[in-house]
Amino acid sequence: MSENGYLLELHNVSQVYGSGERRFTAIKDFNLTLKEGEFAALLGPTGCGKSTLLRIISGLQVPTAGQVMYRSRPLVGVNPHATIVFQTFALFPWLTVQENVEVALKARGVPAKLRATRALDLLDRVGLDGFENAYPRELSGGMLQKVGFARAMAVEPELLCLDEPFSALDVLSAEALRGELLELWTSGKIPTRAILLVTHNIDEAVFMADRIVVMEKDPGRVILDLKVDLPHPRQRKNSQFLELVDKVYAILAGQTQPEHVELGTAPGEPGRTRSLPHITINDLTGLLEHLGEMPGNRTDIYRLADGLKINPDYFLSLIEAAELLGFATIAHGDITLTPLGDTFAEAGILARKGIFATRIRRLPLFKWLMTLLNAADKKQLEWDVVQTALELEFHEEEAERQLDTAIDWGRYAEILAYDDGSQVLYLEPAA
Amino acid sequence: MKESQRLFRTLQPFHRAIAWGDVVVFLGLGVLLYWGVRLAFGTPAVIAGPEIDLSPAMLPYYVGLSLRRMAVAYFLSLLFSLSYGSLAANHRLAEKILLPLLDVLQSVPLLSFLPVVLLSLVAVLPLTLALELSSIILIFTSQVWNMTFAWYQSLTTIPRELRLTSTILGFNSWLSFKTMELPFAAITLIWNSMASWAGGWFFLMAAEMFTAGERNFRLPGLGSYLQAAANQGNLAAIGWGLAALILTIVVLDQFIWRPLLAWSDRFKLQLVESENPPTSWFYSALRSSRLFAFFSRRLIYSPWQRLDEWLMRLFTAPGPPHLRKNRFPKFWYALGAAAGLIILYESYQAGQMLLGLSLEQWRAITIGLLATLARVFIALCIALAWTIPVGVVIGTNRRLANWLQPLVQVTASVPATALFPVVVLMVAGLPGGLNLAAVLLMLLGTQWYLLFNIIAGASAIPQDLKYTTALLQLGRWERWRTLILPAIFPFVITGSITATGGAWNASIVAEYTQFGGRIIHTTGVGAIIAQATAAGDYPLLLAATLALILTVSTTNRLLWRRLYRLAEERYRMG
Repeated sequence: MSENGYLLELHNVSQVYGSGERRFTAIKDFNLTLKEGEFAALLGPTGCGKSTLLRIISGLQVPTAGQVMYRSRPLVGVNPHATIVFQTFALFPWLTVQENVEVALKARGVPAKLRATRALDLLDRVGLDGFENAYPRELSGGMLQKVGFARAMAVEPELLCLDEPFSALDVLSAEALRGELLELWTSGKIPTRAILLVTHNIDEAVFMADRIVVMEKDPGRVILDLKVDLPHPRQRKNSQFLELVDKVYAILAGQTQPEHVELGTAPGEPGRTRSLPHITINDLTGLLEHLGEMPGNRTDIYRLADGLKINPDYFLSLIEAAELLGFATIAHGDITLTPLGDTFAEAGILARKGIFATRIRRLPLFKWLMTLLNAADKKQLEWDVVQTALELEFHEEEAERQLDTAIDWGRYAEILAYDDGSQVLYLEPAA
Repeated sequence: MKESQRLFRTLQPFHRAIAWGDVVVFLGLGVLLYWGVRLAFGTPAVIAGPEIDLSPAMLPYYVGLSLRRMAVAYFLSLLFSLSYGSLAANHRLAEKILLPLLDVLQSVPLLSFLPVVLLSLVAVLPLTLALELSSIILIFTSQVWNMTFAWYQSLTTIPRELRLTSTILGFNSWLSFKTMELPFAAITLIWNSMASWAGGWFFLMAAEMFTAGERNFRLPGLGSYLQAAANQGNLAAIGWGLAALILTIVVLDQFIWRPLLAWSDRFKLQLVESENPPTSWFYSALRSSRLFAFFSRRLIYSPWQRLDEWLMRLFTAPGPPHLRKNRFPKFWYALGAAAGLIILYESYQAGQMLLGLSLEQWRAITIGLLATLARVFIALCIALAWTIPVGVVIGTNRRLANWLQPLVQVTASVPATALFPVVVLMVAGLPGGLNLAAVLLMLLGTQWYLLFNIIAGASAIPQDLKYTTALLQLGRWERWRTLILPAIFPFVITGSITATGGAWNASIVAEYTQFGGRIIHTTGVGAIIAQATAAGDYPLLLAATLALILTVSTTNRLLWRRLYRLAEERYRMG
């Protein structure tokens, strides 16, 4: 056993991609410890480096800085006591269910006869007996993930890492599988000592984990470490449960800051450049209209998310956009439509475009872009030029996405135009 | 129709103009040719070719000889592809060198190497061995690049999660190869093997019937049989020869490739059942045959099991990629530097040889290049003129497609070079006979690629869009302009790239030939190469070959690649 009782320790782990001016810090000074018997959930928005962390923890990737300790020893190479279950199942389509499980045993040098018995036993435990000769394409998503779990169990991992394992499943299969996994875990039928679940589903984290670690992005780091003391099986309608979900939502959604903080600074200037949330205008309009129908134009964020049945991650981006544009304010886990947001929601198409245009002109990123375009020859710039400039603030993919979103918003507001053929960005003549 | 889409997809991965890497590759190729040419000074001036027996009873023997060459070259290509592709996919530094090399090699007209390879090998090896070897080398070079590229691409596009899983489960290299890499690549590897065989036949026929003046480099085989038959005007023998060739290709298709394709359907990555999987009657028959099951259990399964266990023990699990030591640098940099120096020195020597050429000869090469370019262009235009309307009609009409597709496939499977002697026989009496024959040969070699691609493109047009144009009551021309032409454009471009490559290759055999005991030739760079081979004018041979390679690669870069990029970015559906 380890000396200090910790199964896993991460000390000041950082991950930096790229070099020179294009350096991008994905994870910064990340600390995390995991004890035996713990089921922790890692929660955070897309791009906060959750999956990177799992790869670092399992030894698939070496962090730029910091230390990974397993049972008080520095981790070298792939951790033989850890495994990952992926969102996409990562099954070999050309192997049968049984072969998919067996291959894990084969890699560990288990003799052929023993492989078959062990594999069948594992499949039996996850409830897949009778399907051993089926190919993955014959199974539903829920069953595929069961194969994924059986394969992970085959190597008897002490540390089980789950990378959004329920995200690709339909609502009902996901719920069933969550219950079954908890059953295996709480009954001690599996040799697993600790589970680390990466998810962006707040409800799921509160439902399953004993501990929730909330991360923030740009750069990825811990902003909250929360204990969940509810007994299993947990009831979703329980007030303590709801309170916890509400609390996590409130933390992730944050509070609306004074405008200058909210807007951030322009690219190239000191201070943090506020990135544009990647949402479509249509969805934002839908959200605002929906909010407008609420009594007092305000509601609980958690309830709103629950009612809309959309990806929680995307939902948070939508809220962020509404906040950034001044259409809504967020405080104490509640979202309120501002008078401007209300006007926008009520307005016709052209009036909406007008309001939207005046709002985005206030965003530093847009101001910067307009200044750049105004100064340019013929008031037009090539995509690559703008992207290169943006890469001083964002990493390559993010810069591309930022520009994509900016063009989308700018086109809607009729202040920007873009010609895909020549890849040239220019100001709308009227703007 | 999906088949043809996969079959004729040329891979043009690099969106860059001419880079220093290309210069190095060209110099390297130039040096290789120069060495070949220098060796060629020892080639005997007269080489008597084999006697070809035109009796149909001899055909199985000739078919066997040709098949043997194809098979040897194919297995060499496969081995080469697997190792080269893996090396490029797994080592950063190797990738930087190997990919541009691959890129250039797959775009040069390799048939132009035939004379140099033949001359140099004949000079150093016993005659028969040299001829066999050069035909195999030629076929190998025609088969290998697309397979290598397919393998490399497969390796680099294996889904990240599968790769991570194999690492975290501790797969060793054999287990990764067997359960992940090979199955993942299986389908495209098989399609590319089929394409390689088709290309291989083209080269084999050319290699078997190549003669230059007193030097008769022919090899006994189907190619020389057809040529001898045409030369003697023996129509019956031509018929037999062609029948044997078509039969061989159809048999290979039905008994090897179709079963392989049907079998490989299990390696599709998608997790849903495919709608219409490839079928093969022979494969179905094998699967239901008890005798086969018995044999495969006894003769294949248990030795395979034992081999598998042995290989599992042989390889130990590698660490994750970043922990593997990079042993590359020092040794390879040293080797690279040495190779660079040799290339530079030898390029200088080659340059000296080229300087010996008279202005007159350079002018002849230029005119020859222009003449051949014109022929290639005319052949492409004729091919486009008929394949676009016909391809669109077949592609948009499923019933017609079901009827015509097999017919077109059989016709297309006959390598154009095999038909060349017959074409010459037909047009020899006409004015400008060989000129016509050359264009015809290029046409025969090019049109099928185009037709298949256009059929594939037309059949990929979404039904909704077709309905929309009908609902909008667009006129015939408007419909072509707004829907059909843009939709097939990417396919026309990919088809044209492959087609022009084939046409340039064809020029080597098409512009100079011996017929009925006399030499006929026309103006063209192919003719210059053949004449130089016959006369032993090696500096001219080197100059013409290099000029041809340079021209083709340059047009590839400057014209086709740009069009391809445009097509990919603007007109790709879905």
